[in-house]
Amino acid sequence: MATVSFDHATRIYPGTERPAVDALNLHVEDGEFLVLVGPSGCGKSTSLRMLAGLEDVNAGRILIGDRDVTDVQPKDRDIAMVFQNYALYPHMTVADNMGFALKIAGTPKAEIRQRVEEAAKILDLQQYLDRKPKALSGGQRQRVAMGRAIVRQPQVFLMDEPLSNLDAKLRVQTRTQIASLQRRLGVTTVYVTHDQTEALTMGDRIAVLKDGILQQVGTPRDMYDTPANVFVAGFIGSPAMNIGTFPVLEGSASVGSSRLALPREAVTRLTDDDKGHITVGFRPESLDVVPQGTPDAFPVVVNIVEELGSDAYVYGALTNDFGQAASVHSGAGDAQVIVRVDPRQVPPKGSTIYVRIRPTEQHLFHAGSGERIG
Amino acid sequence: MSVTPQRLQITAANPDPALLDLPWHVPLEDWPAETLAALPRGISRHIVRFAKMSGRVVAIKEIGETVAYREYELLRQLRKLDVPSVEPVGVITGRRSPEGEPLEAVLITQHLQFSLPYRALFSQSLRPDTATRLIDALAVLLVRLHLAGFYWGDVSLSNTLFRRDAETFAAYLVDAETGDLHDVLTPGQRGYDLEVARVNIIGELMDLQAGEFLDEDEDAVGIGEALVVRYEELWRALTETESFGFGERWRVQARIDRLNDLGFDVGELDITTDLDGTSVRIQPKVVDAGHHSRRLMRLTGLDVQENQARRLLNDLDEFRAATDRQADDEAFVAHDWVTDIFEPAVRSVPRELRGKLEPAQIYHELLDHRWYLSQQQHRDVPMTEVATSYVATILPTRPDEQAVLGTRAEDLRDGDAAGPAADDDLDPERLIG
Repeated sequence: MATVSFDHATRIYPGTERPAVDALNLHVEDGEFLVLVGPSGCGKSTSLRMLAGLEDVNAGRILIGDRDVTDVQPKDRDIAMVFQNYALYPHMTVADNMGFALKIAGTPKAEIRQRVEEAAKILDLQQYLDRKPKALSGGQRQRVAMGRAIVRQPQVFLMDEPLSNLDAKLRVQTRTQIASLQRRLGVTTVYVTHDQTEALTMGDRIAVLKDGILQQVGTPRDMYDTPANVFVAGFIGSPAMNIGTFPVLEGSASVGSSRLALPREAVTRLTDDDKGHITVGFRPESLDVVPQGTPDAFPVVVNIVEELGSDAYVYGALTNDFGQAASVHSGAGDAQVIVRVDPRQVPPKGSTIYVRIRPTEQHLFHAGSGERIG
Repeated sequence: MSVTPQRLQITAANPDPALLDLPWHVPLEDWPAETLAALPRGISRHIVRFAKMSGRVVAIKEIGETVAYREYELLRQLRKLDVPSVEPVGVITGRRSPEGEPLEAVLITQHLQFSLPYRALFSQSLRPDTATRLIDALAVLLVRLHLAGFYWGDVSLSNTLFRRDAETFAAYLVDAETGDLHDVLTPGQRGYDLEVARVNIIGELMDLQAGEFLDEDEDAVGIGEALVVRYEELWRALTETESFGFGERWRVQARIDRLNDLGFDVGELDITTDLDGTSVRIQPKVVDAGHHSRRLMRLTGLDVQENQARRLLNDLDEFRAATDRQADDEAFVAHDWVTDIFEPAVRSVPRELRGKLEPAQIYHELLDHRWYLSQQQHRDVPMTEVATSYVATILPTRPDEQAVLGTRAEDLRDGDAAGPAADDDLDPERLIG
């Protein structure tokens, strides 16, 4: 077991000017499950490959425990890339399938057996050790493949989009399995995905990257409740947060014909760069449907209602009453908002509902830099 | 609830209408036998089947949609880079069963004629050094992929197909799923590919030993390690910087000759001298494999593999000497060699035996057989006699290797030994769910 540290680690691909990963500083605790997440091209896979030794580090360092591995070959880093190649050998027993890498490394037979048995216990495969893979179910075979990585007892597990070629149902199952297995093993794990739901459900902590720059690191709750900037706010959460930029007039955000009261300290922190505007984010569940005429409420024309049983979401358009309609965006597109409504009182398509942001549940950002205020 | 009908989306460079006739609404593992071609299959984590289509054979792999498109594009790029790899035919998405259940996307590739998975090779009675020759071929393939900037991520014998190439094998990449193309690979990427290759090969050989297809005494670990050694030798020979004194400029040509001997052409050689001009440094920047096959192609139009070309070119040289035509233009001599020697020899093979081996491989064996007969009879046996003897005694004993259509996979194996090639009970494709 070990910690992992990226210390100003930078990767610049030959022939490019902008770093693919720019001075990444990130510390992963011993036994922690850290998820690197971001849109494609954000640098998450490059970061993982730098840790694996597959990408050169052009500046900065990478440490596993106290050991500087920046210039160490991948095979000497004591890491395991899980799920990269997991075809099982049909003529070998399950035990041999799990332990053959140790055999190659010259590990004594008794020790191989002991490590295989320990792994089998964790993976619930003990009674199958002397069988051939064909006697196993699909899920059991996948666990044998995991067992291969486990018996090597590496310091760190690395996983790069391991679920991307599974169908949706198996993806959810395997997601839970990996997360619980990691907790039982307590092996430091760095996991890459583009899927923020995967990140939220699996990670002890999440690191969000964009354009090679680390945006924020924190627990899933931190990321959801206090996103550090507009990008993280829009990226984490499904359906996505509604975000709009509005002029500030007399201490309130001017949301079309209505006003949104702003905390005094937020207003005082605005800078010249913000040009008298503020960016306001509100999650679909932070909106209340209110009667027409309620102060600070604004109208939304219902386009679609997505009913999920436990929840229902209105995907709606802002009307002309909403002065800066085009400056609002959400998971549904520009000039669109998503509102969580009571699944037992779903408004009909084409109707207009009036919604109001719960005063304490708004997220405020600088209109200029996009950074969180306060 | 109404059933959502199947709406296929076909992405293909040269779409063949026959693609539409295949039963896409059925999961691949349930495809009817009459659609399938019984060919030996490798170990795969996906379901893979071979199907007959328009008189050819295609390999079909069920795989996630994004991964399918990605691999399709990568295989197309590898073809453009002239790296030996399977030819992608297309991707099909939007499959649904008649009940409306969505089915996985498929990636379709062309089956490589006369190619053999390593498991089929080990189930035939082969020379004892088969494993070493496969390793040599894989080392060449890996070096070529790395020179082209391709990081494989899952190098193994299972992800490679082999074709006979004179007395050696030529390796082809079949599975690019975990790969990536880069401008230049880092030492870490190359090192990791090599390590994965080493461990996978040893695992695959240990599996053959466990199934009693490979002698227990064969040193699986040693064979896996030989790949690393072979790869590193070749990589050094192709990329190393060499320094020498200004007076030793002949070493430039010597380096080029050495690379040609290894089967590579030098596309670009970096030559630098130091400031006072006393020493010279050379480093090959661009090398292209296929030195001999390109030369043979230029002279004769024959498109064959590297070592087959080497053998054929030697025979052409002998022909030139024997007919005393050293002064003639090489292209004219080559034309006569093709029409007077090569084609008649290959044509003497009866049609029903032509599926045994590729024509160039048959010619290679004819040359071996000529040597053998000439030794035995203490005279130069003419090619016509050699061909008659070869067709009567040697060729019929060879297995059909073009594409084993319409036969059961088991027939690929020797005698009653249950071979590892394709075992319906075992179904290696389904080892991972």
